[in-house]
Amino acid sequence: MKYKSVFDIIGPVMVGPSSSHTAGAARIGLLAKSLFGGTPDYVDIYLYGSFKDTYRGHGTDVALIGGLLGFDTDDNRIIKAVEYAEEAGMQVNFIEMEEERSHPNTAMLRLVKGEERLMIEGISIGGGKIELVSINDYAINISGNYHALLVFHQDSFGTIARVTTVLGNNEINVSQMNVSRKEKGDIALMTIELDEEISPRIIDEVRNIDGVDRVIEMTEN
Amino acid sequence: MFNSIAQLIDIANSENKPISEIMMEQEIRVSKRSYLEVYQDMERNLDVMQDAVDQGIGGVTSQTGLTGNDAVKMKKYIESGKGLGGDLNLLAIAYAVSTNEVNAAMGKICATPTAGSAGVVPGVLFAMNEQRGLTKEEMVRFLFTSGAFGFVVANNASISGAAGGCQAEVGSASAMAAASLVEAAGGTPEQSGHAFAIALKNMLGLVCDPVAGLVEVPCVKRNAAGASNALTAADMALAGIESRIPADEVVEAMYKIGLTMPSALRETGRGGLAATPTGNRLMQEIFGAE
Repeated sequence: MKYKSVFDIIGPVMVGPSSSHTAGAARIGLLAKSLFGGTPDYVDIYLYGSFKDTYRGHGTDVALIGGLLGFDTDDNRIIKAVEYAEEAGMQVNFIEMEEERSHPNTAMLRLVKGEERLMIEGISIGGGKIELVSINDYAINISGNYHALLVFHQDSFGTIARVTTVLGNNEINVSQMNVSRKEKGDIALMTIELDEEISPRIIDEVRNIDGVDRVIEMTEN
Repeated sequence: MFNSIAQLIDIANSENKPISEIMMEQEIRVSKRSYLEVYQDMERNLDVMQDAVDQGIGGVTSQTGLTGNDAVKMKKYIESGKGLGGDLNLLAIAYAVSTNEVNAAMGKICATPTAGSAGVVPGVLFAMNEQRGLTKEEMVRFLFTSGAFGFVVANNASISGAAGGCQAEVGSASAMAAASLVEAAGGTPEQSGHAFAIALKNMLGLVCDPVAGLVEVPCVKRNAAGASNALTAADMALAGIESRIPADEVVEAMYKIGLTMPSALRETGRGGLAATPTGNRLMQEIFGAE
């Protein structure tokens, strides 16, 4: 089930006018910021479907910017997010896309800071609830409000086993796991959903595993 | 977790508890938090709703000027004593409009289940409180009952206008509110189910056609209609009238109607009222020629 909590239905408390186009957009921005590990210097935001058609009226643009700056759904600094972005030195560029994606409320964010790059695709499914669809073009399938590790790794034998061994040795239980890749032998992505929060020490241990490229921690949104 | 209205009513009956209690217990299990924490979170949402109602009744205007200050007019009209509908209904309209005017003005609201439909549940709740006198706990429970019914809709159909049209937003909100009104008035879980079904049936097919893509026209007034419709459905169910089509089948019908709705009528601002001559003119005035 997509919605697990009564507060997905009665909530969130938010700045208007739209739970999917304003609150959901802020949450996509927040998620992108947390996955990127901070506020970027530069962001391209690609808008699709209903997001593209109505973003100005719904404040989707300022909500996305606000989220990238770390403003939550009920933070009324969202209204003046453009000014706050200037202050923070974050440049944002909106691109309206004609192409149809699988969900009408889709935003793709390309975050840049120095050499760091990250591409995030999020959808806003209603009532402020969002889902992460892809990272750097890798399909992500996270079932809900869990903790998860996204492990980018070399697509070669033994890497997956080494990662799960580290988790096992630390008595971390995996609730769901998914591996995707773009091309054989290239970089692949392990999505590992966990029942509980994981300590930074274990994440570092995973990060140091031979064949592991990059580790991103996801917490509840 | 319950996944249908039928199941929700079954659990309530077999455990001899109100639906609000079933929702609270599930939330405690899923979130692994205490009764008090869950209760207090909902109480905070209730306080946000109260603030929004008060703010709108005091008068607000949106940035575009398309909506605002109608709640003030409604309140004055009620005070004149000339209203055609009963006071509970008139107050529900005033408070639903009030909340949604605050939403349109980018004020702070609580999504129930969405922001565009955030006026319906608080509208009937605060009107009922004013006319019948509810305890704070009864008001908090009202929201858990609405949440329980909305939970089933969200998981089996949609609460997004972009996915399912306004029937998924104001329609869902109205049905949730109807179910809560029945519980608050002392009705049974079955009667809540019938009120839910009747309210949602009356909203089937409603499209999402916001002028200039803004959550203003016709959203604010549709919240008023959603509130009145909730009261109509709740009164019918409390009178013993039953829905011929079971609630879960109405939810499924709503979902299927949403799937067949063209995208012009699903929150794109390209069809319906948005595409009328006046709708187009307003869009040009607000955003300039494009």
